[in-house]
Amino acid sequence: MTYDAVIVGAGHNGLVTASYLARAGMKVCVVEKNDWIGGAAVSRELYPGFTYSNCSYVSSLFRPEIMRDLELPKHGLQILPYEGGAVFQEGGGYLGMFRDHDANRREFARHSKRDAEAYDIYARDVLRFCRFIRPMLLRTPPDPSSFRPRDLAELMWLGRQMGALSEEMRARMVQFWTMSIADFLDQYFESPVIKGYLAVSAIIGTALGPMSPGSAYVLLHHYMGDVDGNVGAWGFARGGMGSITRALTASLKAAGGEVRTGQGVEKILVQSGRAVGVVLANGDEVRGKRVISNMDVKRTFLKHVDEAELPDDFVKRVKAFKIRGSSGKLNIALDSTPVFPALPEGAPNIRGDLHFTDSIEKMERGYDDWKNGRFSRDPFQDVMIPTMIDPTMTPPGKHFMSSFVQYAPPKIEGRDWTDADRDAFRDTCLNQIETYSPGFKDRVLHVEVRTPRELEAEVGLTEGNIFQGELTFDQLLFNRPVPGYAQYRSPIRDLWICGSSTHPGGGVMGAPGRNAAAEMLREAGAKGGMRDAYAVL
Amino acid sequence: MPTPSSEVLVIGGGVNGLACAARLAAKGRKVTLLEASEVVGGGAGEREFAPGYHAPALAHLTQGLDTRVVEAMALDRHGLAFHPALATTVLSGEAESLTVRGGKTSGVDAAAWEALHRKLSAFARVLAPLRQMRPVRLAGENRLFGLARQGLGIRALGKDDFRELLRMVLINVHDVAEDELSDDRLKGLLAFDATLGAWLGPRSPNSLILYLDRLARGADPLLPKGGMGALAVAMGKAAAAAGVEVRTGSAVEKIVVEGDRAVGVRLEGGEVVRVGLVVSAMNPRTTLHQLVGAAALDAGFFKATGHVRMRGAAAKLHLALRGTPDFRGADLKSRIVIAPSSEAVERAFNPVKYGEVPELPVMEVILPSAHDPGLAPAGHHVLTAIVQYAPHAPKAGLEAARAEMLENTLNVLEQHSPGLRSLVVQAELLMPQDIEARFGMVGGNWHHGELAVEQMLFNRPTFAAAQYSTPLPGLWLAGAGSHPGGGINGAAGWNAAGAILEAKA
Ligand SMILES: Cc1cc2nc3c(=O)[nH]c(=O)nc-3n(C[C@H](O)[C@H](O)[C@H](O)COP(=O)(O)OP(=O)(O)OC[C@H]3O[C@@H](n4cnc5c(N)ncnc54)[C@H](O)[C@@H]3O)c2cc1C
Ligand SMILES: Cc1cc2nc3c(=O)[nH]c(=O)nc-3n(C[C@H](O)[C@H](O)[C@H](O)COP(=O)(O)OP(=O)(O)OC[C@H]3O[C@@H](n4cnc5c(N)ncnc54)[C@H](O)[C@@H]3O)c2cc1C
Repeated sequence: MTYDAVIVGAGHNGLVTASYLARAGMKVCVVEKNDWIGGAAVSRELYPGFTYSNCSYVSSLFRPEIMRDLELPKHGLQILPYEGGAVFQEGGGYLGMFRDHDANRREFARHSKRDAEAYDIYARDVLRFCRFIRPMLLRTPPDPSSFRPRDLAELMWLGRQMGALSEEMRARMVQFWTMSIADFLDQYFESPVIKGYLAVSAIIGTALGPMSPGSAYVLLHHYMGDVDGNVGAWGFARGGMGSITRALTASLKAAGGEVRTGQGVEKILVQSGRAVGVVLANGDEVRGKRVISNMDVKRTFLKHVDEAELPDDFVKRVKAFKIRGSSGKLNIALDSTPVFPALPEGAPNIRGDLHFTDSIEKMERGYDDWKNGRFSRDPFQDVMIPTMIDPTMTPPGKHFMSSFVQYAPPKIEGRDWTDADRDAFRDTCLNQIETYSPGFKDRVLHVEVRTPRELEAEVGLTEGNIFQGELTFDQLLFNRPVPGYAQYRSPIRDLWICGSSTHPGGGVMGAPGRNAAAEMLREAGAKGGMRDAYAVL
Repeated sequence: MPTPSSEVLVIGGGVNGLACAARLAAKGRKVTLLEASEVVGGGAGEREFAPGYHAPALAHLTQGLDTRVVEAMALDRHGLAFHPALATTVLSGEAESLTVRGGKTSGVDAAAWEALHRKLSAFARVLAPLRQMRPVRLAGENRLFGLARQGLGIRALGKDDFRELLRMVLINVHDVAEDELSDDRLKGLLAFDATLGAWLGPRSPNSLILYLDRLARGADPLLPKGGMGALAVAMGKAAAAAGVEVRTGSAVEKIVVEGDRAVGVRLEGGEVVRVGLVVSAMNPRTTLHQLVGAAALDAGFFKATGHVRMRGAAAKLHLALRGTPDFRGADLKSRIVIAPSSEAVERAFNPVKYGEVPELPVMEVILPSAHDPGLAPAGHHVLTAIVQYAPHAPKAGLEAARAEMLENTLNVLEQHSPGLRSLVVQAELLMPQDIEARFGMVGGNWHHGELAVEQMLFNRPTFAAAQYSTPLPGLWLAGAGSHPGGGINGAAGWNAAGAILEAKA
C-alpha cells in the first residue's frame, strides 16, 4: 500500500507531525530505527526497577496548543511543576532558589541586597522579550528574499509585532538578542554566584560560552516555555520524558496512525525528482506520497538521500550546517537520598536543579576546554532528582538522578571518543558531585554515561548536538536549517523535514513538527483538525 | 542672554573632533576646538618614544579616511599623501610566508580567497552607506530615502547573495574560515583582521560583521607619507583653514550646565568658556560621567552610559632597533601579521577573559621607518606592533602584566625574526590601562566603546544618545564612541556635524 505520509523517526517532532496529519485524515506511518520510540524524549529502564529520562529530563517548552490539539492529557500526559534548586559554592556556601517569591528574594539578598532588588526588574525584562518571541514559535519563518504575498504578509506581521513595542524597547531587544549573557547579567547583578546561576540557561545545549555574543538569546530559548501557564517555569513529565512521546503515540494511534519500530531507514527513495518512500535496513520498502524526515538535516540529506538528487549549493550548505555537540549526560540509579551538607536540614532546594558551578568564569573556562577538544575539567552539571517529586520512576526509597553535563566535545582532540575517555568523563562528574555530597558515590547503583558519541549512536543526533543544530543567528528563523529551505520543504518534491533542525529549533517543544504539518496540510489543501493552523493560511 | 548656538565648542582634537569642527566651521559656525595635549591627532599622533625614534602614538595604519572628510577638508592640499597601499605578509611558524593584496594571494587557497574576498566585499558595499548615515531609527523620523537606497542596494545583490548575507551577517569568523578556506595562514589572517580592536575571539558570534566593516572602508591598509603624525598635522591645518580656532594644551575639566542645558566648559586652571553648543569628541562615558556628572543627567540615561562596554584588548609595542630586522625575508614595507591560525587567535583571546596574559599573542607589525627613513636614525628602525590580546583589568596588576606581555610578545617576534631581540635599543609596551591613562580611551578600547553588534547603530553609544544629540540640551557627541565607531577615519565626527547642522537649520 502507499501511505499518504511516511515519517522517518519517532522523535517527538515526528510524532507530532504524524498525529496532525492523521487527524486531518491522512494515512500515516512512522518508521523508527530503535526498538523504542521517543528519540531524545524517552523513558527507559536500563537498570532493573529504575526508569531513566535518559536524554531530555525536564519539560517546559512543549507547546500548550499541541497538548490541547492532540489531547495529550487524555492520553496520559501529566506535567509536574518544580521550581527552585541550589548552587553549591566552592568553600561550603550555597545559593538557594525557591518557588516562593519572597523566600527567593530573601535568599538573593543574603548574597547581595542590590541583586535582590535587581532580580524583579531583570525578570520583568526577560519576560517581555519572551512575550515577543513566543508567538513566532508556531509560525513558519518568512523568506525575506521572496516577494510572494505570503512571505511579505508574514514579514509585515513581524513588523507589527515590533511596532507594538516602544522604540527604546525595540532597541533594547535587538541588543539582548545579540549580546552575551555575561554582559547582559552585568547590567543587573554583582554577585558572581547569582550571575553564575542565571547564566546557565544561556549555555545549555549550545557550543557557546556565557561570554559569547548571542548567548543571551539562548537563555530566551529556555525561558519561553511554561508549565500550566507559568511562563519560564519547568516541570517533570510524570513517568519520565518518555511519557510525552508515549502520549503522542497513543494520540496518533487513536487517529489511525501506525508506528513501526526496530528498522531504520537506509535510503529515501526518489523517483523523477519526487520522494516516493523509504527502504528500511532489512530491505523492506515503505511507500508514501510524501516522506517526512524527523532526523536532523545532515543525517537526512548526507546519509539517506542520493547526493545526485540535490543541488550542489544545498549540499554545500548542509555540509556546513553547524551541529557540534557540547553536552553529555549521566543517568544514575541511587540506593538512597543523597545529602548535601551545605543545605539546611529539610531544605526544599534538593527538589530542583543542583549546580556546582558558582561563577561565569568557571563556565567559560569549561567552554575553553571544549574549544580545545577536551571535556571540561571542571564541568558544569545540572543535577536533578526527579524522583523527589515523581516516585513512580524507582522502587520506594530509591532515586533516579539525572545529570546534564557541559561541555563535552563531539571529538576528543580530533579523534573519536574511546571508552576510557567516557569513563574519565564519568569520574570527573561523579567526583564533582561527591565533593558537595560526601558519600554520594557509595549510594550509586548504576550509571549510564552518554557522551556525544552515545547520543549520536543511539538517538541519531549528529555529533551529539542535542538541538539537531546549533542555535546561533546564522541557523535560526529563516536561516534554519538552510536559507531558502526554512519552510520545512527540501529541494526534492514531497520530501519534508520536521525535526529540531528546523525553526524554531530544539528542545521538547513540538513546534517544528506542528509547523511542518501545517505547511503540508496547507499545500495539500486539507482542512480540519488544524485549528489556528497558520495565521496567514 | 544665552550665547548663540552658532558658537560651538568641540572637545577633543582627534580625527573625529577635527573632522566635526572643520565641517561646522565651513558652514559658518564659530568653532573653538579644545585639545588637552600639546598637539592634535589623538590616536593619530606621533611620539618620539626614544631619542631620535618616532613612533605613531597609537594607530599605525588607516583602513581609509572617510572620503567626505578627505574631499571637503582638501587634506591633500594641506599635505596629506599616502604611500601605496600596503600588502600583507602572513608569517607562519613552519610554512613559508604568504603575501596577500586584497583578494589576491598565492598557494592552495588562492582561488578560494579570491572568491571569499569578492563575496564579502559585495556585502561590505551593501553595508558601507550605513557608515555615512545617521543611525537608522527603529521608528518614526527615518531617513526614508537613505533607507530605501539601502534596500535597493540589498536587492541589487540578487536573491542568493541576499540570503547569504542574512545568514552571514551575525556569524562568527572562525566558522567562515573553516568553511571557505584550508590554508591556516589565511584563516589566521581573516580571524585576526576581523577581531582587531575588538573584545572578541574569532569564534564569537557577530565577529564577521567587523570584517565587513573593515572592508567597507578599504581592502588594504594605508600609511600616510611622513607617518601617522603627518595625517594629524594635515587635519589640524585643514581645520584651522576652515576657520576653527584650535587651542591645544586646553584640557576640559567640567561641562558647565545651567538651567538643564550645557552652556560652556571650564578648563583645567579655571578658565570658563561659554558657548551655544558643546560637542564632545572624546570618550562618551568620561564626558557624561565626569565632565557632566550624575546630577545634571536623567538617572536611567546615566546608568545606561555606565553600561556601555569599553574593554580594550589591544596593546601597543614600540621598538627602537639598531639595525634592520629580518622576518625570514618578508617585505619590510608590508604589514606583517603573525597569527598562525584562527585557533591561535582564539587561544590568544581566552586568557584576557579572566584578566590574564596570553602566552602566544598574535600581532600586526609595521616598520614605519622602512617607508619614511627619517623616523629613525640612519640605519636604524622603528618597529610598531598592535598586539592582541592584552587584559584590560589584569588580575596580577598592571606592572606584572605589562612585563609578562612584553616578554611574551618579544618571544613571539624572536621566533619569526631570529636575532630581533639583540637589535632592541629600547622597548615600550602600552597596555590597555596605559592607553586609557595616556589617551583617555576608557578601558583602552580602540573605539571609545566596543564596536560590537549590540553597541552599533541605534544602540551606539546608547539608545538615547545614538543620534549624536544627548538628553542634555546643548550637548552633542561626535567621537568614535558614536556611530559608526573609531579607527583613523572621521566618519563619526563628520556625521555628528551633519546632525548638528540639520538640527539648527
Ligand atoms: C542529553 C539531552 C538532554 C536534553 N535535555 C532537554 C531537556 O531537559 N528539556 C528539553 O526541552 N529538551 C532537552 N533536550 C533536547 C530535546 O530532547 C531534543 O531537542 C528533542 O527531543 C529533539 O526532538 P526531535 O523530534 O526533533 O528529534 P529526535 O528526538 O532526535 O528524533 C529523531 C528520531 O529519528 C530516529 N532516527 C534516526 N535515524 C533514523 C533512521 N535512519 N531511520 C529511522 N529513524 C531514525 C531517532 O532514533 C529518533 O527517534 C535534551 C537532549 C539531550 C540529547
Ligand atoms: C592600541 C591601539 C592601536 C590602534 N591602532 C589603530 C590603527 O592602526 N588604525 C586605526 O585606524 N585605528 C587604530 N586605533 C584606533 C584609533 O586610534 C581610534 O579609534 C581613534 O583615534 C579615535 O579617534 P577619535 O577622534 O574619536 O578619538 P581620539 O583619537 O581618542 O581623540 C580624542 C582626543 O580628545 C582629547 N581629550 C581627551 N580628554 C580631553 C579633555 N578633557 N579635554 C580636552 N581634550 C581631551 C584627547 O587628548 C584626544 O586627542 C588603535 C587604538 C588602540 C587602542
